[in-house]
Amino acid sequence: MAKITFIDSSGAKRTVEAEPGSTVMENAIRNDIPGIEAECGGACSCATCHVYVDQAWADTVGGPQPMEEDMLDFAYDVRPTSRLSCQIKMTPALDGLVVTTPERQG
Amino acid sequence: MTETIKTDVVIVGAGPVGLFAVFELGLLDIKAHVVDILDRPGGQCAELYPEKPIYDIPGLPMVTGQGLTDNLMEQIKPFGATFHFSEIIASLEKTADDRFLLTTDAGTRFDTKVVVIAAGGGSFQPKKPPIEGVEAFEEKSVHYAVRKMDVFRGKRVLIVGGGDSALDWTLNLAPVAERVTLMHRRDAFRAAPDSVNKMRKLVDEGVIDLALGQVTELIGKDGVLQAVKAKLADGSTHEIAADAMLPFFGLTMKLGPIADWGLNLEENLVPVDTEKFETTTPGIYAIGDINSYPGKLKLILSGFHEGALMAQAAARRINPDRKIVFQYTTSSTSLQKKLGVA
Repeated sequence: MAKITFIDSSGAKRTVEAEPGSTVMENAIRNDIPGIEAECGGACSCATCHVYVDQAWADTVGGPQPMEEDMLDFAYDVRPTSRLSCQIKMTPALDGLVVTTPERQG
Repeated sequence: MTETIKTDVVIVGAGPVGLFAVFELGLLDIKAHVVDILDRPGGQCAELYPEKPIYDIPGLPMVTGQGLTDNLMEQIKPFGATFHFSEIIASLEKTADDRFLLTTDAGTRFDTKVVVIAAGGGSFQPKKPPIEGVEAFEEKSVHYAVRKMDVFRGKRVLIVGGGDSALDWTLNLAPVAERVTLMHRRDAFRAAPDSVNKMRKLVDEGVIDLALGQVTELIGKDGVLQAVKAKLADGSTHEIAADAMLPFFGLTMKLGPIADWGLNLEENLVPVDTEKFETTTPGIYAIGDINSYPGKLKLILSGFHEGALMAQAAARRINPDRKIVFQYTTSSTSLQKKLGVA
């Protein structure tokens, strides 16, 4: 199991346990993390699971694939470490990952 | 005013479940009118994941959203449903003789015995740009669609987005507007490469402007836009003069006018029974993702089942004196005649 910490736009932190191979979005939904909508259910089709990857984790997580980059066009307040959380798969290397949810999803 | 269409059934939503309802009703000799806000059938399958695989349709190990839609359209062809695309049912009224009067935003009117809500997650509507106070400028200066190009004649138009809508309107409005500026958050576009090349050529020729960044603020008064503030890719803030803004940020799902139909909604879902899939208003049924009942699963296959049972109940309501004989398409000549195969 790996840990993910979600920080909401007001600064509140919530840490959850994630199965390897599960996506950050799935863990958010499973744990009722506010600020993640995931309207399309994880098909990389809606940009409502947008998160900012913590700067310290940005390199380990990596950047978006072209399709995800396209979907990010629809997200609110896109920043350099913006990702769609349905496209980040948990690996042992990501244990302790920190992401911030935006003020709003689209 | 256009003539009112008198019919037995209006299906609200042309997603997979709405389409299959045409089939189940058709086997019972009921013809349907189908209304959808999108300009084509398929609902979420067509809009959200046309190219993505679905693995849980019985009998189809893998099918894409578009593939499933195409197959369903083929399957329901014998039943001659009438489609009304790019329209949304704006109002629903019950009449004294237990029928329903529906009116779309385009003014199409239906007088129907039965309404089937197969609206999925709601209606797809343009996503609003994430800018504070944008509502105040809507209709006057901020437009999510172009109905008449002439509205923009002689105006400074800011188009925001990087997909086909944004690029198409950039190209179409360039000769009409006084000046077109296209703004996108990055120098890569999802639109068709041909449109992107044409756009870049116009930029090189100095006919239009391209700005890379995100709009942060609208400047104007009483809904009349004067300029927008934008954060550019290099972090600097710029002001761009504009009389009109056209944001193209894709579509999102909103429940829409169904909320006003008196259906005792629970968290934007329509409660139904599991025998007829009828709502609290007799004659209005709800099938697919939009309904709720104990044990509900939002699966396409569940919506197909709901459609089959709904059709039996709707048929009894539409033709109360007619006995329904349960038959199989494999063996019934009468069903095969309806399907055009016997």
